[in-house]
Amino acid sequence: MTSLQMPKVDQSILSSKDKITSDLKKILNSNNILSQEDEIRPYETDALAAYKQKPLLVVLPETVKQVSEILKYCNENKIKVVPRGAGTGLSGGALPLADCVLLSMGKFNKILEIDYRNKCVVAQPCVTNLAITHAVQDNKFYYAPDPSSQIACSIGGNVAENSGGVHSLKYGATTNNLLGIQVVLMDGTITRFGGKTLDSEGYDLLGLMTGSEGLLGVITEVTVKILKSPQVAKAALIGFSTIEDSGRCVSEIIAKGIIPAGMEIMDKALTKATNDYSKAGYPVDAEAMMIVELDGTESEVSELIKRVEEIAKKNKCSSVKISKSNEERLKFWAGRKAAFPACGDLAPDYMCMDGSIPRGKLAEVLKEIQRLSKKYNLPVANAFHAGDGNLHPLIMFNANDPEQLKNTEEFGSEILKYCVKVGGALTGEHGVGIEKRELMCEAFNDTDIRQQINIKVALDPNSLLNPGKVYPILRKCAEEGRIHVHGEKTNFPDIPRF
Amino acid sequence: MSMEKKQISQTFQDFSPSVLKPNNEEAIADIVKHCYKKNIPLEICGLGSKKNIGRNFQTQKTLDLSTYSGIIKYEPEELYIKVKSGTPIKEIKEALEKNNQQLAFEPTDFGLLFNGENNEGTIGGVLACNFAGPRRFKVGSARDHILGFKGVNGKGEIIKSGGTVVKNVTGYDLSKVITGSFGTLSVFTEVSIKVLPKPDLTKTLVIENPYLKKGLEYLNVALGSSSDPSGAVFYPEYFRDQFTFNDLTTEGPITAIRIEGSKLSIDERIEQLLNEININKNEISILDPAQSNIFWENTRCLSVFKNLKNNLLRVIVPASETFDLISKFKPYNIRYFIDWGGNLVWVQIDELNPNILSEIKSIVTNFGGYLTVIKTEESLKATIDIFTINAVKYKISEKIKKSFDPKRILNPGKMYTGI
Repeated sequence: MTSLQMPKVDQSILSSKDKITSDLKKILNSNNILSQEDEIRPYETDALAAYKQKPLLVVLPETVKQVSEILKYCNENKIKVVPRGAGTGLSGGALPLADCVLLSMGKFNKILEIDYRNKCVVAQPCVTNLAITHAVQDNKFYYAPDPSSQIACSIGGNVAENSGGVHSLKYGATTNNLLGIQVVLMDGTITRFGGKTLDSEGYDLLGLMTGSEGLLGVITEVTVKILKSPQVAKAALIGFSTIEDSGRCVSEIIAKGIIPAGMEIMDKALTKATNDYSKAGYPVDAEAMMIVELDGTESEVSELIKRVEEIAKKNKCSSVKISKSNEERLKFWAGRKAAFPACGDLAPDYMCMDGSIPRGKLAEVLKEIQRLSKKYNLPVANAFHAGDGNLHPLIMFNANDPEQLKNTEEFGSEILKYCVKVGGALTGEHGVGIEKRELMCEAFNDTDIRQQINIKVALDPNSLLNPGKVYPILRKCAEEGRIHVHGEKTNFPDIPRF
Repeated sequence: MSMEKKQISQTFQDFSPSVLKPNNEEAIADIVKHCYKKNIPLEICGLGSKKNIGRNFQTQKTLDLSTYSGIIKYEPEELYIKVKSGTPIKEIKEALEKNNQQLAFEPTDFGLLFNGENNEGTIGGVLACNFAGPRRFKVGSARDHILGFKGVNGKGEIIKSGGTVVKNVTGYDLSKVITGSFGTLSVFTEVSIKVLPKPDLTKTLVIENPYLKKGLEYLNVALGSSSDPSGAVFYPEYFRDQFTFNDLTTEGPITAIRIEGSKLSIDERIEQLLNEININKNEISILDPAQSNIFWENTRCLSVFKNLKNNLLRVIVPASETFDLISKFKPYNIRYFIDWGGNLVWVQIDELNPNILSEIKSIVTNFGGYLTVIKTEESLKATIDIFTINAVKYKISEKIKKSFDPKRILNPGKMYTGI
């Protein structure tokens, strides 16, 4: 992956930079076109920072009409376009191409309407996830999906990636909390899917666009559902002396009909790291530590938390602490939410993986990760959204050592393959991007991928919108209808084939 | 296990009957492949419970999936069930019941409406049509509960997307686009559905209130309440005599709100809701769990429209528009009831013709909504558009259709002419 192949650079586009710039000046104010080296550098990578590439140009449109005209112009002139929100994506979905126009949606940063009657907020795509909750919290409403990066990540990016968070089991991911979008297709068509209604007429194109990683359209407006904040939330901090016990406890909580608002497990390595970092009062001797949060009415939460405590004891927990105040509950979470910076203290670099697994396979998968950690001689710490089966192993390494970077990527790939093997998925919430592109064949066969590419081709026949992402690069051949690569007849034997 | 292996190895041979009943996935693929090669359009059906919904279209062959049935895997603690697409909802519910679980989206049952008898159909049909019951505003519809599928596209290729885990963003979310496509994009073969625990208890708060406007306000307060209701309906007075319950002491229209949860929390939440809507205890009835279950089951099954002779429309608008929408409908001689806390209006209309329908559609779309003609005369179904769609979305839908079913052989014209 370190030598990741990207779509072939179109030299004629590179040499027409001045012409393209002057053409785009007819659409946009020239201040909103960046072409100087130092101006475009901030856009050369997203949160998958191991990959960098400067785009040809960066454009910052201010109106939907401009977005439409830019896409139409690029489509007619066969110029690749990479859309970008806040740039917090972890899978490289916003990585530029050398011959692309990078379409930054940064100026679309306003909340357009707060509609309490219909319980929704209409926002421009670069409003941050947390800003939506902030806009409605005085009236005790909130927006449910809460990815860890919610302070910075954009709501448009959340739609593109179908972001989740720690509350997905009970409240769903972005796709379940989205009512409508306005979107511009590569040919410049401006359209709306959904609105303020529940469900929408005809094909669920809203559902198709959600999680399509910027390959099918550029989102220019988002309408999300807001929920009334629960009256009470309490959390239990539970330690276990074995991973197996914690896994069994998760299964039993669910089997007993309890759907917690959040249920997180951290392994010993991460518990220690986050506790050192945030002084959260975690049971650092435990092999696994679990945070279970329940919300609802006062008596309901008290009753459920008691049942969770009983289940934990039955599954041989080594410690249980119940939050006595909201402050204490937030303190329990503070450590978990600081998992990434805490790992940053342990090693020069870390890579965060994002597999999904059946909840019951946790112990098995963690054992395999430990085995791989020894094999590659790289430390790893694990955070697990146990409620929804989303596992985030954090592999620690030094990026300045090329050998370590290569090993980290191989280690990560092996973890994800194992997740698929036990019945899970390659990515739970971070998206495929470029990071997991070459692993798609682990989850899908040739026919599956061709069907997906057919949809891409239907909406973007020249494959100009965010090309090189999600689907293995050789698919490009099939995508453009020129060559279909078979068996050994390829120049790239190290790339998975179909 | 060996039985299943044997089934899979069989290929489908005899394409001559007009109704083809495969009992394994390979055979379904064989049939579609055959029809793709020979340009034979196919009607896809399960138990026929929603056969009457959609445009009239003619096909030479019917692909009947009612014999492709059975639970493949059910893991209660993983909260999913994987079934063959022809599995009856009834069978799935019975299996879930044993573990105190449910399909939380409460699929609408159209059996009473069309034939006077309950008929929930198959899971494939429920997903293909995406009609969810009263709990929709809280838990989502069928499309929010499908985790993954295997299916056959219009070329006879077996395709898959998603899986059995809740969180999965690998590739495009094809489960969503196929759910609600009325069998026009692919034939579902296997589906994995998210299941959820059944609440311990259900009670229903019925508020005495003669006015639609006030009723809608109550529903609105309920939907924005942290008492977390899971049903909110308004039945006008003319339906009052269809609901006879010992606990139902209020007169006039029924404004009803469902509260579900643990024994302890239910009364607490009803109390809180009463404070929020600021109403006296002598102006309400509370239906006990047994009566509540019947009330909501009747709502889910559209019991007030049992054996309906007239036309029935399913109209969805933002809740803020519902009052004005109904005012605009008055000249058309309608009967209606409101579900989803004001977001869904079931409209019975005596007379329907292409002109009236287009007037009604423009009212609905002006309010930011859409409608589906659920029931009308057969003769009319060939001349009117059952679903609403705008020109841009139609054009995009046409492209999507082509990407799955290039020769338009799967339920051609069921949703829209040309799709």
